[in-house]
Amino acid sequence: MKPFAYQRAKDVESAVTTVAARPEASFLGGGTNLVDLMKMEVLKPELLVDVRHLVSRTIEPAHGGGLLIGAGMSNNELAADRRIRRRYPMLSQALLSGASYQLRNLATVGGNFLQRTRCPYFRDVTMPCNKREPGTGCAARDGVQRDLAVLGADASCVATHPSDMAVAMAALDAVLHTVGPSGERTIPVNELYRSPAEGPQRDTVLERGELITAVELPAAPVAAHSRYRKVRDRASYAFALVSVAAALEVRHGSVTQVRLALGGVAHKPWRATTAERALVGRPATEAGFRAAAEAELAAARPLAGNAFKVPLARNTIVSMLRDLTEGA
Amino acid sequence: MTSPNETNEPSRRAVLKAGVAGLGATMVPFGAFEALGAEPAQAAGPVTAPPAAASRGGIGAALKRVEGPLKVRGAATYAFEWPVEKPAYLYPLLSTIASGRVTSVDTRAALAEPGVLGVLTHLNAPRLAWADEPEVALLQSDRVAYHGQIVGAVIADGIETARYAAGLVKLEYAAEPVDVDLRTDRDDLRKPQHAQGFGQLPGDLMNGAPADTSAGDFAAGLASAVHRVDATYTTPVQHHNPMEPHAAVATWTDDEITLYCGSQGVSTPQELLTRAFGLEAGRLRLISPYVGGAFGSKDFSALWGTLALMGARLVPGRPVKLSFTRQQMFTLVGHRPAAIQRVRLGADARGRLVAISHDAVQETAKAKQYAEQTVQASRSMYAAPNRRTSTRIALLDVPIPTIMRGPGEATGMFALESAMDELAEKMGLDPIELRLLNEPQTHPETGQPFSSRHLKQCFEEGARRFGWKNRARKPRTRRKDGWLIGTGVAAATYPSPRLPGSTAFARVDRDGRYTVRIAAADIGTGTWTTLAQIAAEALGVPQNRVTLQIGDSSYPRASSGGFSSGMNSWGTTVYEAARALHAAVDEHGGKVPPEGIEVTVGMPDDPRLRQYEFGSYGAQFAEVRVHEDTGEIRVPRLLGVFDVGRVINPVTARSQLLGGMTWGLSMTLHEETALDHRYGHFVNNDFGGYHIAANADVGSIEVHFLDVRDPHINPMGSKGAGEIGIIGTAAAIANGAYNATGVRVRDLPLTLDKFL
Repeated sequence: MKPFAYQRAKDVESAVTTVAARPEASFLGGGTNLVDLMKMEVLKPELLVDVRHLVSRTIEPAHGGGLLIGAGMSNNELAADRRIRRRYPMLSQALLSGASYQLRNLATVGGNFLQRTRCPYFRDVTMPCNKREPGTGCAARDGVQRDLAVLGADASCVATHPSDMAVAMAALDAVLHTVGPSGERTIPVNELYRSPAEGPQRDTVLERGELITAVELPAAPVAAHSRYRKVRDRASYAFALVSVAAALEVRHGSVTQVRLALGGVAHKPWRATTAERALVGRPATEAGFRAAAEAELAAARPLAGNAFKVPLARNTIVSMLRDLTEGA
Repeated sequence: MTSPNETNEPSRRAVLKAGVAGLGATMVPFGAFEALGAEPAQAAGPVTAPPAAASRGGIGAALKRVEGPLKVRGAATYAFEWPVEKPAYLYPLLSTIASGRVTSVDTRAALAEPGVLGVLTHLNAPRLAWADEPEVALLQSDRVAYHGQIVGAVIADGIETARYAAGLVKLEYAAEPVDVDLRTDRDDLRKPQHAQGFGQLPGDLMNGAPADTSAGDFAAGLASAVHRVDATYTTPVQHHNPMEPHAAVATWTDDEITLYCGSQGVSTPQELLTRAFGLEAGRLRLISPYVGGAFGSKDFSALWGTLALMGARLVPGRPVKLSFTRQQMFTLVGHRPAAIQRVRLGADARGRLVAISHDAVQETAKAKQYAEQTVQASRSMYAAPNRRTSTRIALLDVPIPTIMRGPGEATGMFALESAMDELAEKMGLDPIELRLLNEPQTHPETGQPFSSRHLKQCFEEGARRFGWKNRARKPRTRRKDGWLIGTGVAAATYPSPRLPGSTAFARVDRDGRYTVRIAAADIGTGTWTTLAQIAAEALGVPQNRVTLQIGDSSYPRASSGGFSSGMNSWGTTVYEAARALHAAVDEHGGKVPPEGIEVTVGMPDDPRLRQYEFGSYGAQFAEVRVHEDTGEIRVPRLLGVFDVGRVINPVTARSQLLGGMTWGLSMTLHEETALDHRYGHFVNNDFGGYHIAANADVGSIEVHFLDVRDPHINPMGSKGAGEIGIIGTAAAIANGAYNATGVRVRDLPLTLDKFL
């Protein structure tokens, strides 16, 4: 680990100003991902600006009936909140399927969105990687491919985003509140992540020094009937091969509302809008679910080592929608 | 020498200092870890465990491990924790190419870093007096033979400084093409010469056995068969991953050279290092009282021992501490080699085998020819008049493989016992019935009798306890809540060898207290407890009158712990020492003089033992569930019944077998080290990437022993219990997965994509 300076920021404004002015500075939240990457010298910030104490750790009602979640909340605090468990169960389940209890106690909600990929070639500084060192190439594409993306990837990068929480947030149309050098703004989660084609070295549209302060969950009655299912290589403590966040409303045998997002398949939480459009207004049948899943996955471009993710994602979507229908 | 009743409980102060400094309160979840049993540091005295609680003890007593409380309190001294004055820290530097040479070394930036004391590379490392053993011969040339080889090290005042400065050393390489592909169609496969190559044992393989064997006419036998199976099974590279990383603390002064080093034995590495550094016999002392898991990976502790000693030479007057990181352990301490195995079985109309063949092609390193006995079990498991086995290796640019829990049989029995299941399925026979039909009366190759072989009883007892008769014979017929359910069974076997070269000291004091001393090691398996139980029985006294001393190379020489040989080798030696002590007391007319009586004797060589085959046996049962939509696989129930001879201690024996079965589950479902064929490096080299079974993967595991004494093997009547737990588990689970799904998976691990 490269030696670094540590600063506990006085307030959000000074934290933002400091990090915006220094390209080698980084915000520190829970540190559960950043510090690991520093040990491996994948990231070598010279200054850490600690912001955890500056951002809210509470949940407030938002107008329109939603909830405003402080970005400094721990993953476990958010998962345990009664309002989340009752109104957005998929979010609570997604959080609890991630990491370990100890890590979830430390990891913040804001930081969870900004986890770096677990692609082993990104995490090994001796390997070429366009995300870590632009222009060096992608060693993963022709390497060990099991965990790589099947949707939205590019010749320059086939990494996946590791978050579970963000998959549920994408399905729920969550909106980030940020403070940056140019002031405050809001960014829908589904617009947060950049496509690899825009340059894999920057994961998100956040500007240098822009800090996530809160996440707004809009009211979504359909989300009360939702689930998160994570399929992985062991029963616990593993990143998703494929995960599915789904909410479903069926009336008189037809789908009236649906939310569907996938994890483990792309550089971002993948909102399955094609499948959603194929489902709404149609009969809630296994054949319909399968056709919708296949429509979504028609765009998949798997590699030899991760081709199984396409049938796995299809089967998991169908299984989730079937379970939600039967439990309706 | 200090009193044998002193225990070594060094201060714990320094252990947790190396945290993530300066990251503020949010980074420190574990409050204060202060004063955990803090006691004054002391020099290395005799390594002695606390005596067992007042009980008669002896063989068969269900004693908890005597050092358990020390471990729970954090007071058991693992290698890295030995308190030394003002230690320096060594951080190794690993190669980033898999084949080639180091062409230039620039250490200026590293040496300029405050706190850095020195940088070791092949240019300044001490020339070793003996460098024939590749795992000892570090930094002796510019040659790079695998990715992640030690090519240097930085020594600094602090561990983080050493690690950071290691990244500042600039090495340039001339890289050569990388060849890490294990295939059966390679034209350079060769017959191995593992043991011969290193002068250890007379045979071709690591255990001294020949690479190939045959009897009868296999081709004719197979041609005459009514039912045949011909299948190929693959197993990947796997890693031991003990909880305690490989660590050493070296002090090198004019007076003493001491190496505290987590190790499966203390005598052999002490001898190797003495030879390598050209030292007088006895000058180097190696101490290893507690080991936090080894599983084969700490048998060649000479490697990190060499590095720590080289470090101590470079910074005179400073003890040097070294601990590999988890990532470094993936290339520096060995792995289970990948193997491709073809098994052919031919049976007559009733199911009697008329032909068996088992041909293995396995990976090894160009740096060292490690060749394990993958086909060994097929030589003894089933009767058949026509048979052959063969072993071929591919020499690749990979890190050096080594022994790993159940070496040979763990992978070999996956193949053989899967093939037996395939044959049973083909014939419509119950898989247990097929096995019992082919139970040999004598060893099928040597014709020698088995000293004891109670495999049939293991199957019968296991079938009854597991409820085997209720199984659905036809695959893919049971399902519940989206999960397909099946059951599988497999046999287990592992030899119970006795390794040569152990000696024990025994003493009786005037007050009737006994001391038994032998340079054995406890690798976490319970030796502190079980060897004391054996000593008590051999001496015929209550165990609380016996003080056991192990884990120190200054004690009488002993073989290393491995191969399920520990109790057999050390226990027999301790028995012999007890016998000699009693004889000596008799010579004194049954009276102990004031100065006490002492004897030191070697393990006896008993030629009668060569008439028998010695081995442990077991039957493993598994219930397996596979999700119909996702292919996820779960093992809610494992049950094993084992014939390990007389059980020395049911508590620690159960732990061994339970751990073996759990690992068997883990190797079946998860464990695979992925190799990048372009760069020749292990890709998933951490616990995020290399999956070991988590608690959530493990359901009920039942362990049962027959507890039947072997009449010949040793005075205890005990057979090996170290490896047998992991043998057969993989086949039992794969056979259960087949029964659940109708899908036969012949490639480990059984990941979900193989069932989609």
